[in-house]
Order: sequence, then C-alpha cells, then structure tokens
Amino acid sequence: MDLILQQTVNAFALGGTYALLALGLAVVFSIMGLINFAHGELMTIAGYVLMYCGLAGFPFVLSVALAVSAAVAAAVLMERIAFRPVRNASGATMLVTSFAIAMILQVLFQNLISARSQAVVLPQFLSDSVQFGGLIIGVNKIAAIAATVIMLVFLDRFMKHQKTGIAMRASAEDFAVARLMGIRANTVIAGAFALSGLLAGVAAVLWVSQRASVDPLMGFTPVLKAFIAAILGGLGSLRGAVAGGFLLGFIEIYLAAFLPQELQEFRDPIGLCIVVAVLLFRPNGLIPSLALKAEKV
Amino acid sequence: MSALLSVQSFHVHYGAVEAVRGIDFEIREGEIIALLGANGAGKSSTLNALVGLIPVAAGTVMFDGSDITHNAPETLAPAGLTLSPEGRRVFGTLSVAENLLMGAYGIRDKQAVAAAWDRVYTLFPILYERRDQFAGTLSGGQQQMLAVGRALMSNPRLLLLDEPSLGLAPKIVEQVFELITLLRDQGVTLAVVEQNVAMALEVADRGYLMSGGRIVAAGSAAELAQSDSLQSAYLGAG
Repeated sequence: MDLILQQTVNAFALGGTYALLALGLAVVFSIMGLINFAHGELMTIAGYVLMYCGLAGFPFVLSVALAVSAAVAAAVLMERIAFRPVRNASGATMLVTSFAIAMILQVLFQNLISARSQAVVLPQFLSDSVQFGGLIIGVNKIAAIAATVIMLVFLDRFMKHQKTGIAMRASAEDFAVARLMGIRANTVIAGAFALSGLLAGVAAVLWVSQRASVDPLMGFTPVLKAFIAAILGGLGSLRGAVAGGFLLGFIEIYLAAFLPQELQEFRDPIGLCIVVAVLLFRPNGLIPSLALKAEKV
Repeated sequence: MSALLSVQSFHVHYGAVEAVRGIDFEIREGEIIALLGANGAGKSSTLNALVGLIPVAAGTVMFDGSDITHNAPETLAPAGLTLSPEGRRVFGTLSVAENLLMGAYGIRDKQAVAAAWDRVYTLFPILYERRDQFAGTLSGGQQQMLAVGRALMSNPRLLLLDEPSLGLAPKIVEQVFELITLLRDQGVTLAVVEQNVAMALEVADRGYLMSGGRIVAAGSAAELAQSDSLQSAYLGAG
C-alpha cells in the first residue's frame, strides 16, 4: 500500500511536468495549428540559465525567476524571428521550421557551451525528503506538484477571467472572426508563445531539479513525451493536455514500479501500447478540442 | 448624402478563380443596401475582402474618407466597420457575455463599451438571460442575435451582414428583418447579403445584383424588384 502511495506521488510529480509541457504545446497549437518541436529547446535554455546562475552563486529564487524569464523571452523571440514569416504557410512548413530551430539551438548549445552534460548547483533542501506516516517524499517532488497546481490554477484563471485569455480562447476557436472583433493576430500569437515559454520554463526548473544536470539535448525527450500526452489528451485541447500529461506520467511510473523485472526493458513500448489502446477507443483523445470539430477557415 | 463606403474596380481572387471581377459600388450614410445574386455570384467574397479576411486583388476601398483596401481585419472594427459573418460563427465554447466582450475588444472608449452592453441587452433581452451560457448551446435564432449583438458591441457605423436569415425559421427571419430596419433607425448603415430576395428588397433602400463576379444591375429596391435581370440572375441566365 505504501509503495502504491509512494509511486502515486511520483506519478503526480512526473505527470504534472508532462502536463505543463503538453499545455505549452497545446496553447500554441490551438491558435496557430503548429506543433512546436523547438519547445524542448526552451526548456534547455532555462536549464542553462539555471546552471549559470548556480555558478554565479545567485540565490535559488532569483535563478528560477531568471530561468523562467529566459524561456519566456526565447519563446517570444522564436515566434518573432522564425515563425512569423511562415505564419500563413502550411502546417508542414511550420513543423519543419520548428525542427530547424530545435537543431540550430542544439548545435549552438554544443559549440558555445558544451556537448557534455553540465552539473547544475541546486540548493540542499531540494534533495531532502519529508516523512508523512510511512511515506518518504522528496522535497523536489512536493515542489513539482505544488508548482504544477499553481500553474494550472493561474492558467485557468487567466483563460477565464482575463480579457487577453478570453481572446486567446476565441482565437483558438475561430481566428478569422476573432480578428474581425479587433483582436490583433500578432498580440494573441505572441501571447500564446509567451505562455508556452512560461510553462516550458517552469517545467524545465522541475525537470532539472530532479536531475541536477543539463545537456544540449535535454529538452528532446520530455517534449516528445509531452507531444504524446497532448495527442492522448486531444490535440489543441488545454484540458486534454493536462489529462494526457497526468495519464502518461501515471502509466510510466506505474510500469516502472510494478512491471516484472524481466519485462522492464519493454517498459516504453508497453507504455506506448497503452496510449495506442486509449486512442483506439477515443480517437480524438481523452478531452477532444471542440474547435477541431468545427471547420477551420 | 456622401458615400460612407466606396469601392472601385474591386477584384477578389481565390487562387486562380476570379470570384469578383472589377465591381464599383457605394454605400451612403444611413442606407440599407441589399447585395443580391445566386450562389457563387461573388457576394460573400466581396464582404469578406472588404473587411480584410481575404486579400483584395485589385481596386480601392474608401471608408469614411480613408483608404482601407489593404487594412488588416483587426483595424476595421475600431474604425467603425464590421461584418457579421455567414453561418453566424459565434464562439461556441465561450459564454454569451464573453462573446459580446470580444465584440468590443478593439474599442478603448470605456463609456462607449458600457453603452454598447446596454444597447445589445436592450435589443436582445434573451442574451442577457443567457449571458453565462455557452454560445454553442443557443438556438439558431439566438445565435444569430448574438452574432449581430457581438458586431454591435464595437458601435459600427457600417455593419455588413452576410446571410443573416440563413437556416432560420420563417418567424425568426421576420424578426431579423425588423431588426435590420430598427438598427438603421438607430443610425447604423447596413449592407446585407441575402438569399431571401423578396424580404431583402422590402427593407433595403437600394440594391446591387451580382452575377459571375460582376454587378449586373443596380438601383432602388423598387426598381430592382421589377427588373428582368433579377430573375435571370437567379435562374443562371445572367
């Protein structure tokens, strides 16, 4: 029983990180129809900022703020420099553009920083753990769950109560009509990227605080997982992205904990088979995007 | 009366297809204009290109003395020109009130926005009753009211209505045309694209008849109602 609870906490921590990343992909996709595979490089940028701040001896809170801000700034720049020129091009063109950005950034990290993994100095308290009854829970896990909850509540309030958030929902549903209302395309798209950068930055801090290292390819795996989570939840649906992220986290952690030893090397394929099985029954994902049902003009 | 909107040598292309092939028309302050024609005549293309949703291939559009030919759609609502699109296209996943809020998005004058809320809720009390409901759950007629109400939130001087009566029950269609007249009485200039020719000509002051991307007849509503070109345009002979 304790083992299950223990793994459930782990699953929430990992699933929450996937949820934040999947949300970042979904926010941009819902508005632009673009899957931004360079989302992972936003994480990597935040990771390196965390590393340099650690080396410079900055207080951790300041380091986190700088790392997240760097991811937001990088996301906005990415949109301005790379995606705006191809905004009206086909989805395939935008997808290839996002791969190009990811590769260029990876090469830059390898050549300007280091091809090898770099240690990130983290405060001691993150590797401590707290005892709850029979459970021993890492502070980094608690921090991950708390950060996820705060981000989800913030995002929900922003999307429901802020005029800009409502405009983003309107744009996701019908961009052309949203523009007729006077909603500026540039503002909404830049806003979506800023939000995705914020989510990637927070996810990066959570990711790095579990691993204490950063390397040029750091963002690739989590973003691939987030992409799977976004599909699982229903591409373009924000609630779906959260649901998909948590479900994927649960699948991975439970398989790692409870699969017999001899099957462990097949853990990832088994996990993906479960994802495929879910999609067989719900082809549009757990919580499909309503906008995708309507005709996109 | 001076022209609020004047359009010259206006061309719209969809890829290689010439949807609108050089039309000239004008809309004067305080008028109701009916834009008529069979399916594919180029009416909706004209409206969509006027508001910048599709590019203008050639020609000029002057609105209230300034050239808006190539303006981005988001600049037009604040300037006083808006379109209630074909098929209503309300934001179904937003509440009624959120839809209306979006209609006033580009308007900075807070007092004007407050007045617009009053006006829309007075015109359509049902929207006030259903303000917290998702727009997607409204009936077709209510969605049409919301689409018009949303367009009114920006206090337009010129309101373009694309097929406002499409798919509505006859009784609701009558209400839509009463609304058009009422809005004109409140000082809004309107241009209406309609399949329902008889009712459109009943409320309109003047009309333009389009066929094959060109204007084939123009005149007062009474003149158009009697013209032969009207029948031939709808029978496809034009």
